[in-house]
Amino acid sequence: MQQFLNTALSGLTLGMVYAAFALALVLIWRSTRIVNFAQAPMAMLTTFVALVVIDAGHSYWLGFVAALVSGLVLGAVLERVVIRPVEGKAEINAVILTLGLFIVLHGLAAVVFGNRYRSFPAPFGLEGLTVGSTTIALNGFGIFTIVSVLVVMGLLVALFRFTDVGLRMRASAFNSEVARLLGVKVGAMLTLGWALASLVGSLAGLLIAGGSLVHPSYMDSVVVFGFVAAVLGGLDSPLGAVVGGLILGLSLSFVSGYVGSQLVALAALVILMLVLTLKPGGLFAQAAERRV
Amino acid sequence: MLTLSSLTAGYGPVTALEDVSLTAREGEITAVLGANGAGKTTLLRTVSGLHRASSGTIDLGGTRLESVAAEKMPRLGLAHVPEGRGVITELTVEENLRLGGLGRGGRVSAADLTRIYDLFPVLGDRSAALASTLSGGERQMLVIGRALMARPTMLLLDEPSLGLAPRIVAQIFGLVRTLVREEGLSVLLVEQNARSALSVADHGVVLNLGRVVADAPADELAGDDQLRHAYLGF
Repeated sequence: MQQFLNTALSGLTLGMVYAAFALALVLIWRSTRIVNFAQAPMAMLTTFVALVVIDAGHSYWLGFVAALVSGLVLGAVLERVVIRPVEGKAEINAVILTLGLFIVLHGLAAVVFGNRYRSFPAPFGLEGLTVGSTTIALNGFGIFTIVSVLVVMGLLVALFRFTDVGLRMRASAFNSEVARLLGVKVGAMLTLGWALASLVGSLAGLLIAGGSLVHPSYMDSVVVFGFVAAVLGGLDSPLGAVVGGLILGLSLSFVSGYVGSQLVALAALVILMLVLTLKPGGLFAQAAERRV
Repeated sequence: MLTLSSLTAGYGPVTALEDVSLTAREGEITAVLGANGAGKTTLLRTVSGLHRASSGTIDLGGTRLESVAAEKMPRLGLAHVPEGRGVITELTVEENLRLGGLGRGGRVSAADLTRIYDLFPVLGDRSAALASTLSGGERQMLVIGRALMARPTMLLLDEPSLGLAPRIVAQIFGLVRTLVREEGLSVLLVEQNARSALSVADHGVVLNLGRVVADAPADELAGDDQLRHAYLGF
């Protein structure tokens, strides 16, 4: 029972991070039909920004904010400089560009920050909390992970649902030509979408790094899990990304806890294959038709 | 007043509009008629900046439009209701309307929404519903209402009768007529359904293969048997 509970709790924590990362992919996919393979190294770069700030003697929180802000800026700049020139061309162009970015950002990080493992601090204890006489697999940082992802998601929902900017962003994503006719600067909305996605990706990067080691490639496996989570949820649906992330986190945690940790990557691929075979549109595919 | 002078536009080697000149006068409904492929939709897309003219000028009340971006048009008083009822189906009725109001710049007030709900009571009843659940006629009302939210002076309507029952078409044309009479709105109406369009329009322009072949008051066009048989199909 205790093992079950602990496996579920660590799965939940992990699932929240996957959810955040999947959400970053979905935000870009649904407005531009691009799978942003560079999301992982983008998040990695911003985590290194945090590390530089923290190593310079500043607090964890200043580093945290610096990473999120640099994520926002990085997303906007990459959209404007790299993706914008191929806008309106076949989507494969942009996808290949994000793959190129993946390699370039990797190399850049290795040159600037060194191709080695460095430890990254955590703002809260990593000791499991004690309930009664037993220690459970949920620590202060785990709670922080869950809460911070929930807060960011809540803010995004509020932005999309209740603000004029959010309405413009949704309109651009759903029907860019009609949005333009109604006076929406669709280009600016795309830039903002990339910026927000990159911010959410940065958050996932920080949460994975906390209390662990960072390296130019430390996020690479997360892009696989995040992508599986996003596909699980239907790629188009932010809610689906969150549910997909949680399902994946829990499943992988149980595989790791009860079957063997070597099988985690395999299990993720099996889940991906099952989803694509049984429900190719994902669990939350929108029923509404999309004009071609 | 909207004036097009010697407008030429095309898609690569294909010319869709050739040397088109016409005027949509203030407070009037000007119908642009012609068969499928005559260039009617290209004409509207060129005016609203979705498509660029290769030569010629577009003038709206003294402002030159031919190199203005489409997203700036609502602020200049031009609203384009696209063909195929471009409702954003994933948004609610009210969100679609709010979006229209934002185009003018500034915030959308409850009074703006109430005005549209008074014009189209059915939209008020369904304000929280997803636009995907509306019928064809309701969608047409929604896109017109959404365009009106920006308080335009010139409304471009692309095939509003497409796929609608004659009774709904009459209702929508009647409403457009009312808006023109009561609010001084000017309308450039593109239609294949020439008979209905001429019954509501003040003036008509007939396009054939991208060229203007007739430009006259609506009743004159409707009374010209030869023209009707050759180009308008009724």
